[in-house]
Amino acid sequence: MKRKMSVPSIIYIIVVMIFLYLPIFVLILYSFNNGKTSVWKGFTLKWYSELFNSVPIMTSLKNTIIIAILASIISTVLGTLASVGIFNMKNPLRSIVTNVSNVPIINPEIVTGVSFMLLFVFVGNIFHFEMGFGTVLIAHISFCTPYVILNVMPKLRQMDYSIYEAALDLGCNERQAFFKTVIPEIMPGVISGLLMSFTYSLDDFVITYFTRGAKFQTLPIEIYTMLKRRISPTINALSTLLFVITITILIIVNVREAKAEESRS
Amino acid sequence: MKSKAPSIPYLIWMLLFTIIPLIMVVYYAFTDKSGNFTVQTFKDSLFYTDVFIKSLWIALVSTLLCLVLAYPLSYVMSRSSRRGQNILTMLIMLPMWMNFILRIYAWVLLLQNDGLIDLAVKFLGLDVPLLGNAGAVILGMVYNYLPFMILPIHAVMLKIDNSLIEASKDLGANKFNVFRKVVFPLSIPGIISGTTMVFVPTASTFLVAQYLGGTGDKMIGDVIENIFQRDKNIGSAISLALMVIILLFIIAMNKFGDEEVVA
Repeated sequence: MKRKMSVPSIIYIIVVMIFLYLPIFVLILYSFNNGKTSVWKGFTLKWYSELFNSVPIMTSLKNTIIIAILASIISTVLGTLASVGIFNMKNPLRSIVTNVSNVPIINPEIVTGVSFMLLFVFVGNIFHFEMGFGTVLIAHISFCTPYVILNVMPKLRQMDYSIYEAALDLGCNERQAFFKTVIPEIMPGVISGLLMSFTYSLDDFVITYFTRGAKFQTLPIEIYTMLKRRISPTINALSTLLFVITITILIIVNVREAKAEESRS
Repeated sequence: MKSKAPSIPYLIWMLLFTIIPLIMVVYYAFTDKSGNFTVQTFKDSLFYTDVFIKSLWIALVSTLLCLVLAYPLSYVMSRSSRRGQNILTMLIMLPMWMNFILRIYAWVLLLQNDGLIDLAVKFLGLDVPLLGNAGAVILGMVYNYLPFMILPIHAVMLKIDNSLIEASKDLGANKFNVFRKVVFPLSIPGIISGTTMVFVPTASTFLVAQYLGGTGDKMIGDVIENIFQRDKNIGSAISLALMVIILLFIIAMNKFGDEEVVA
């Protein structure tokens, strides 16, 4: 398999990479442009200082992070427990539950968003509350949990059940045996479910848009509002920072994985 | 470890926040403003048939373009070294980590009057508006969802047993026949999941057409968003129709995939 790539293959890869990265490069470039139009007017960092001094952006950033942390932790607990329960079910119950659980993944995002809005407005009219932090959190937990189950389920299936039985034979009670054998076995799935939930929650626009009510802002919503008002290079500065942070996290994660792989082999 | 009980909290959660919201959509779709049963909502929705067809058409063209772009790339990737594959996979996934509104906004910057691509096109002596047409919308969709096509096809191609390719070569197949009789049939499951993963969000997305398209390029997602501010019932009827179309599409793709495996 390890053969040299042909020249046309390399050219093709480069063309696709230019297509993928040119827009991002332009976003970054204009974040340093001392002018509001697409004409280059010299280097500046003023959009970055404007970014950090913007109260709405910083508030929405804080909201986004709080929602993402809470939603990913709650979804991970809910989803891991659910996976264990579903694993013990027999068909047809098991496949029915799995299919219903997958509905938020398959369903178009906008329909999921709209269905939440109908529910929250309806219940809100009865109990006199308005959509906001709570409804966004509920919505995020609802669309994150299926991804946790999707990640944990295969680990449960791969698990060697005799380890659990051995723990029972050696004197653990059921709870101890579960925490000492099952949890470590499914941990990689739990972690990837947690990370997936966190990033999906962080990035979600559509479902938040329909469940946030009038006042609650998350970062994607704030970006949308900013673009609606007027085009300001502050958005470019924000994009650049987000991109740099993402790259840094990805590199750290990848280097750690590579090191772990090396030490294993 | 034998108990179903740990799933109870999630079962209640699903009932409250997956099943009931969908029932609400169906309920609103079949009632009028005062709560009486009606199918008038669906008759009113017929007004948007053109938008529906245009959305599905844009989704179809975008999906095909993604497939045409992604297939050779996935093939080349699967034939490169392990290290090369890891780097390429990461490079392809990286832009997906950027918020989708920002990715679309980047294309506005490129295509707008005096944007970089606009200047390049003008330099070539052409003066056509690049922004505000269906082409720009399709471009944005392809940009947004291309990784969703590349990754599943690549994953399937990786699993193709190299000895199958060698065997067919030993048996006298030329390069083209190796591809036609071995690589392509075995990559069909990847094509099917890639097609589903691109088509579904493309057909139902909103905002992309608002930023990149012209006034006539509204898509069904934009209509749903817009109409919900005025009329929940018609909005629900359109959402329900969209949901059913998407579901039928997924079922058809799965069926097609199963038949391919049997054949």
